[in-house]
Amino acid sequence: MPSTFSYQFDTPSHKGITEFSTGLFINGEFVDGSENSTIDVINPATGKLITKISQGTPKDVDRAVAAAQHAFETSWGLKCPGAERAKLMNKLADLMEEHEDELAAVEALDNGKTFYWAKNADLKGAIDCIRYYAGWADKIQGKTIETNDGKLVYTRHEPLGVVGQIIPWNFPLLMLSWKIGPALATGNAIVLKPSEFTPLSALLTAKLAKEAGFPPGVFNVVNGYGATVGAAIAEHMDIEKVAFTGSTLVGRKIMEAAAKTNLKKVTLELGGKSPNIIFDDADLEAAVNWAAFGIFWNQGQTCCAGSRIFVHAKIYDEFLHLFTEKAKQVKVGDPFHPDSKQGPQVSNAQFDRIMSYIDSGKDEGATVHHGGVRVGDEGYFISPTIFTDTRPDMKIVKEEIFGPVGVVIKFDDDEDVIRQANDTVYGLACSVFSQNINRALETAHKLKAGTAWVNCANMLHASVPFGGFKQSGIGRELGEYALENYTAVKAVHVNFGHQWSVA
Amino acid sequence: MSKFTQVNVPATGKTISVPTGLFINNEFVPSVDSQETIQCINPATEEPICSVVAGSAKDVDVAVAAARSALKTTWGKNVSGFERSRLLNKLADLIERDAQELAELEALNNGKPVKIARDFDIGDSVGCLRYYAGWADKIVGQSIDIDNKTKLAFTKHEPIGVCGQIIPWNYPIMMWAWKVAPALACGCTIVMKPSEFTPLTALKLSELVVEAGFPPGVVNTVPALGSVGGAALAAHPGVDKIAFTGSTVTGRKIMEAAAKSNLKKVSLELGGKSPQLIFESADIDQAANWAALGILYNTGQDCTAGSRVYVQDSIYDKFLQTLIEKAKALNIGNGFDEKSGGGPVVSKVQYDKIWSYIDAGKQEGAKCVLGGEKRPGKGYFVDPTIFTEIKPGMKIVKDEIFGPVLSVGRFKTEEEAINLANDTTYGLGAGLHSNDAGQCMRVSQALEAGTVWVNQYNLLYNNVPFGGKKQSGIGRELGSYALDEYTSVKAIQWNYGEKLDWPL
Repeated sequence: MPSTFSYQFDTPSHKGITEFSTGLFINGEFVDGSENSTIDVINPATGKLITKISQGTPKDVDRAVAAAQHAFETSWGLKCPGAERAKLMNKLADLMEEHEDELAAVEALDNGKTFYWAKNADLKGAIDCIRYYAGWADKIQGKTIETNDGKLVYTRHEPLGVVGQIIPWNFPLLMLSWKIGPALATGNAIVLKPSEFTPLSALLTAKLAKEAGFPPGVFNVVNGYGATVGAAIAEHMDIEKVAFTGSTLVGRKIMEAAAKTNLKKVTLELGGKSPNIIFDDADLEAAVNWAAFGIFWNQGQTCCAGSRIFVHAKIYDEFLHLFTEKAKQVKVGDPFHPDSKQGPQVSNAQFDRIMSYIDSGKDEGATVHHGGVRVGDEGYFISPTIFTDTRPDMKIVKEEIFGPVGVVIKFDDDEDVIRQANDTVYGLACSVFSQNINRALETAHKLKAGTAWVNCANMLHASVPFGGFKQSGIGRELGEYALENYTAVKAVHVNFGHQWSVA
Repeated sequence: MSKFTQVNVPATGKTISVPTGLFINNEFVPSVDSQETIQCINPATEEPICSVVAGSAKDVDVAVAAARSALKTTWGKNVSGFERSRLLNKLADLIERDAQELAELEALNNGKPVKIARDFDIGDSVGCLRYYAGWADKIVGQSIDIDNKTKLAFTKHEPIGVCGQIIPWNYPIMMWAWKVAPALACGCTIVMKPSEFTPLTALKLSELVVEAGFPPGVVNTVPALGSVGGAALAAHPGVDKIAFTGSTVTGRKIMEAAAKSNLKKVSLELGGKSPQLIFESADIDQAANWAALGILYNTGQDCTAGSRVYVQDSIYDKFLQTLIEKAKALNIGNGFDEKSGGGPVVSKVQYDKIWSYIDAGKQEGAKCVLGGEKRPGKGYFVDPTIFTEIKPGMKIVKDEIFGPVLSVGRFKTEEEAINLANDTTYGLGAGLHSNDAGQCMRVSQALEAGTVWVNQYNLLYNNVPFGGKKQSGIGRELGSYALDEYTSVKAIQWNYGEKLDWPL
C-alpha cells in the first residue's frame, strides 16, 4: 500500500491540512510502483525532504495504458456522451475551486513559487482551463460536405484513444490542466507523467478526479523519471498520441521515439529565448513593469519568458535604471511569506545550471549589471539578474537559461532589431512595446513567434492558442485549436445510388 | 396585490411560493400604471390557481430601459465570456436543484404530467443552459488577410443588444431556456414576455436568476397579454432584436411591427403541419410508436406535431390498426396522477378551437376512427382522435390544430408521398420511416422541413439546430446556429501602413 502524505501548513499565507496518497493513480486506485521503489520530493526553499512518492516503471505504464484502453472502450470515448464528459469536468473544476488554497499551498511547497502566485495565477488558470474545455465536450463537430447527388459525405472528429502526456515542473498544475482539458473533452483516456521534481499537485488532483466521478482508467497518473516512464510512454505501441512540454533536447527524443515505434501523433511545447522589443516611443514605465514580469515571473522558469530585452538607444539608460530598480524591489524569500515576490528555483540541478550560465556570462565578458548571486544559504534562491554589454554569440544570449536572468541589449535600427530578434532557433513568444500602433503591429507581424504580445507580456487565456514556431514546438495548446491534437478526422462516404462497374 | 402568493398543490398538500410582480432589475414590482392582473387557471380542474400582475406597455418601457442600462454597464461588452459561462452554469445547477418544485408548478399551470415536466422539460432545459454556458467563452470571429503589409481585418461577433423574447405556453420552462441561454451566452440582455396562460414558472425562474448572481437588468420578466406586452416589445425602438415562438398569425404581426418601427432583427419559430411518411419497408410497430409520439406527445400541443401521417398502400390497413392500438394505450389525465402519460390541453380557448376542428373534420366528410367524443366533467381533456379518408383541401388537413388530432392518408409511390408531405405552407418538421437507405436519403433531401427525422420523430437535442422553412419560421434555435441569432458581426478594418494620397 502506498503511504499517505499528510502535511500541516502553518504559514502566514496559509494554514491547513493536506492529505493524499503518494501512490501511482491507475484504474481509479492509488497503488505501489511495480518495483516498490520511491522518489524523494524536495522542498526547494530548504533543500529538505518533503515526502517520498511511488516510482513508476515501464511495467506500470503498461498497466496504466491497459486500464486507459479498457475505459476508452467501455465507459469513456464515444460511449460517454459529450454532455456527460462536460459534467464530470465541471465537477472536477468545482472540487479544485473548493480546495483552491490547499492546492496552491501544495504547489508552492513542491515547486517553490510563491503562494500568492500559485493561488492567483496557477490555480485560477487551471480551473478556468478545465471549465473552458468542459464547454467544448459536447461540441466536437464535423462537417457535411457536398460532393455529388448520390452521396452523403460527412466527417467525424473521433477521439484518438489512449494518449500519453508528459508535463514539466514549472507550472505543474497549470500544465496538467492544459493537457487533460482538451484530452478529456474530446473523449480520450490519459496516462500522465508529472515531473519527478513536482509530483504532488497531480496526486491531489487525481484524488479530486476520483471524487468527481470519472470512471476508473480515464485519468491515470504515473510518477517516475523521464528516462524510464517518459520514454516508455513515447515508445508505447498502444498510445496513440504523446503530448510533451519541456526542453527542446528532450522533445527531440520524444519525437524520435514516436517515429521509431508506432508513429504516434506528437505535439511538443518546448523552450524559448523570447525577444522583448522596447521602442523609443514606448510607455516607458509600463514597458519596465511588463519587462520585469516577463523575465522574473515564476523565478524566470517560464517557457515564454522575455529573456532578451531589446531597448532603443534613446531610452536605454533610463530603461536600464528603472528596470534595475524593479529588479531590486523583487523580494526573494520564503514562498509562504506574503512579502515574497520570488521563491527558490525548483531544484539543485536547476540552481547549478543557472549559476553556470551566469558564470559563462561573466567569463564571456558580459557585465553583471545587477544580481548574479545566490540569495541566502538555504534552498535554491537566486537574485534577479541583469546582464548588459553582451554579444549575440554569447551563451547567455543564445541559450535558454530558465532562470531570473535577463539580457538587456541596446539597438537603434528598427529593421535590424527584428532581424536580431528572429535570429534564434526558437520561436515561442515575443513582446513589442510602442505607443505607435502602426509600428507595434507591423513589428508583431514580422516576428517569428507563436504568440506576439503588444504592450504586454506573459498574458495567457484558456481560449487563446499557444505554441511555438521553429524549434519551440509542434502544435498548439489552448483555445479551440487544441482539440485538433486529440481528435482524428474520419470521412464517411455513404453511397446511395452509384452503381460501380468495372468496364 | 401581495408580493408573493402561496399556490396550493392539492396532490402533495404543500404550497409553492410564487412571486406575483413584474421582474425588473432583479426585483418583483407592481405595474407602473395599471391595475390589471392575469388569472392563471389549472386546466385539469378549471379552477383558478392564482393571479399575477399584468404588464402594460409602460412596464415594457421600464423593463427595456433596465435591460439597456445593464447592457451598457454590467453586461454586454463589459462582462467576459468566462463570467457569463460561470453564471449560466450556476443557473443550471439551481434549476436542477429545484426541479421537483418547478415541475409541480409547471404541471399545475400547463397540465402536463409532473414526471414529464421534471425529467424531460426541465432535464432538457438544464442541459440547454449548460450547453450554452459552454459556448459563452467561445464566441470567436475571424482574422482575415488583406495584404499582409499594411492592413489587418478582423471580425467581432458582438452581442446584438437588448432582446425581446416572447414564448408560448406549450413548454413554458423549456421555451424559456431555449431563448435565455443563447442570448445570455452571447452577452445580450433580455426582456422576456412569457405566455399570459403560463407565466408562473417564468416568474419562479426569475428568482433563480437573482440567486445565480446575474446583475440587475440582465434578465427581465414581464407577463402580459400578447396584444399589450408582445406588441409593445415588437414595436419598441429600444429593442434590438425580437425572438418569438408561437402562431404564424402572430408571427406576421411581430415581423410587421419590427419592420415598421426600428427594423429590429427578427427570429420566428411558428406553426407546423408536419407530415410523417410510412414506407412499406418500415418496421410497422416502431413506426406506429413514433407516429403516436408525434401526435400525442404533450397532448399534440407541439409545433412539430406529426399531425399528418401518410401510409404506403401496401401496409395501410396493418399500420392503421397498429396505430389505433398505440393511441388507445395513452392515458390522458391529471398531471399529478402517476398513470398519466399526457395532460389536458392548456385552456378553454384551445379546447374550443380543437373541438371546432374535430367538428369540421366530421362535417367535411373525414372518417373518425378513434376519439371524437367529448369527456364529461371538469378539465380540458381531449382524447386521441384519428381521422382517415382525408382530402387535401380539408381544414383538418391544412390547418394547425395543436391538439391530439391526427389525419391519416395514403400513397402509392415515393414521389406521391413527397408531394403530399410538401403540400403545405408550413415547413417545420417531417418524418420518414423506411429501411431502404437510398429511399431515406432521397426522401430526406426532398422534404421541405427544418428538421427531418429518419426512423424516429420529435426528439430534439440541445446541440442540433431547430427551426422552420417556409412559413414555419425564420432563423434557427439550438446548436451553434443559435449564436448567430444573438450576435451581430462587426468588421474592423485596421490600417497600420497605408498612406492615402489626396486628391485621388
